[in-house]
Amino acid sequence: MTDLHWMSALELADALDAKDVSSREITEALVARGDALEERLGTFLHRTSERALEEADAADARRSAGEAKSRFDGIPVAYKDLFVTKGVPTTSGSKILKGFVPPYDATVVARSDAAGLPMLGKTNMDEFAMGSSTENSGYQKTRNPWDTERVPGGSSGGSAAAVAAGMTPWAWGTDTGGSIRQPASLCSLVGVKPTYGYVSRYGMIAFASSLDQAGPLTRTVADAAALLEIAAGHDAMDSTSIRDERPALLDGIDGGIEGLRIGVVKEFVGGGSDGVRAVTDEAYARLEKLGATLVEVSLPSFQHGIPAYYLVAPAECSSNLARFDGVRYGARVEADDIIKMTSRTRSEGFGAEVKRRIMLGTYALSAGYYDAYYGKAQKVRTLITQDLAKAYEKVDLIATPSSPTTAFKIGERTDDPLAMYLSDIFTVPVNLAGNAGISVPAGLAPDDGLPVGLQLIAKSLDEPTMFKAAYAFEQDLGFATSPEGRASI
Amino acid sequence: MSIDRKAVDHVARLARLDLSEVELDVMLTELQEILGHAEQIQALDLDGVEPMSHSVPMVNSMRPDEVKLSLTQEEALANAPEVEDHRFKVPRIMEDEG
Repeated sequence: MTDLHWMSALELADALDAKDVSSREITEALVARGDALEERLGTFLHRTSERALEEADAADARRSAGEAKSRFDGIPVAYKDLFVTKGVPTTSGSKILKGFVPPYDATVVARSDAAGLPMLGKTNMDEFAMGSSTENSGYQKTRNPWDTERVPGGSSGGSAAAVAAGMTPWAWGTDTGGSIRQPASLCSLVGVKPTYGYVSRYGMIAFASSLDQAGPLTRTVADAAALLEIAAGHDAMDSTSIRDERPALLDGIDGGIEGLRIGVVKEFVGGGSDGVRAVTDEAYARLEKLGATLVEVSLPSFQHGIPAYYLVAPAECSSNLARFDGVRYGARVEADDIIKMTSRTRSEGFGAEVKRRIMLGTYALSAGYYDAYYGKAQKVRTLITQDLAKAYEKVDLIATPSSPTTAFKIGERTDDPLAMYLSDIFTVPVNLAGNAGISVPAGLAPDDGLPVGLQLIAKSLDEPTMFKAAYAFEQDLGFATSPEGRASI
Repeated sequence: MSIDRKAVDHVARLARLDLSEVELDVMLTELQEILGHAEQIQALDLDGVEPMSHSVPMVNSMRPDEVKLSLTQEEALANAPEVEDHRFKVPRIMEDEG
């Protein structure tokens, strides 16, 4: 049998069913793996190993009694530290929330718990999910298991590194402009940003509310479908949660892509680094070989995605982060009047990138500049959505690289915010339009030997088609499930 | 349209950020660069394009008005830096009269 820590959640579920292994054994193996690697990788902000083992024992007892909560009862999971967890410290990667212990669970956490998934801990992230490398964490850097001198991507970099290193089969992340798909790409994982409203945002510490979505980071496409199914669905606690029924993802995932029309973006041809281009060109050819028809589509407004996103997201963040005022939770810097107290608390509690985005957003929304910046960005958002809608008249899915480059070196982009922002060039339009996107491992770049991800974009609520295509691609490539597809750490 | 130091000072006050002179200088340079990148969308002719604030067409989301359990006062106050008489305590808000 494969090492427990490299088994997929579906394989573990089968092994549990066959009584080949217990949840206690799985959880002990993952905790031991974490003990061995945590210091080198810096993936977790808070580990809950004792709790996970207790929950594993409870899952074993349920299975023995024939009362398993779900097919995945007893398979542990990790959460990005942006999900509030009752009784477990939650910081969203920020010093301003040091010591915060939430009084309730996020819906994602509650539903994973209801399925019986023991909690391994809370993973590192860019502060309040603002960043593309996890270097903006207020606490620590996370290293990429494929090359520990490099970043894992971000902002869900802790979750990505933990899954890529075999510390958990799956983890929850969040994606506002690429924060699941880009780290998935850099760590050779599957990462999904579902349709906006697909998963409840209740209990996610808000960054940009009209763009934020929770999603899975896993080593296989089927595991991503399974984890997403666990938490998807309408939630009365999130008024933006969509009411439509979520179609089955895992069931029928092997339906193939014969006859599917997949768009290749005219404006992106030649985009990305040489290594990324080589791998994604091969990936497009593989999709064609599998029976899809490649169709050139034009998305002229995509080139304006980054500037539009970096006005819309900071505007929303400047408003959302106003709640951190030193009164109800988190740190406080004392002063003799409330404005000084609030200003000093925020200045000491927030890191440089968060301050930069609050400033940018406040400026973009301020009197005299609103129309020129925020207003224009909102109109560009309409253009991007219209361009995508037009493309979907001709195609079922759109294929692009997930990230323009492979994993970059730690420190390489920290002094150049704009260069960091450009990491999200292929992913932000999907959030602006509210569509679904998946990053699936496509192999290693010929120039630097680092992982490259293929992004498939689907229209809202067409997750089943997206998963089918990603699954067919993954199975035919055979990379993610081979030893070469794992980080050698 | 370029942001200047006076605007940066003003925005920092609006955002309740107590930034040092050095931080304000660095912020000015960085915001100028980022906003410079945004100039490409300022040049677009967007007359007649509807602004979009949300990707899902939303109507009011209603639910039955039922009394349900929520956080207790104790739970709601548990994370506060300072509490007095079961309330959040803050520094002086009003100026002294007179």
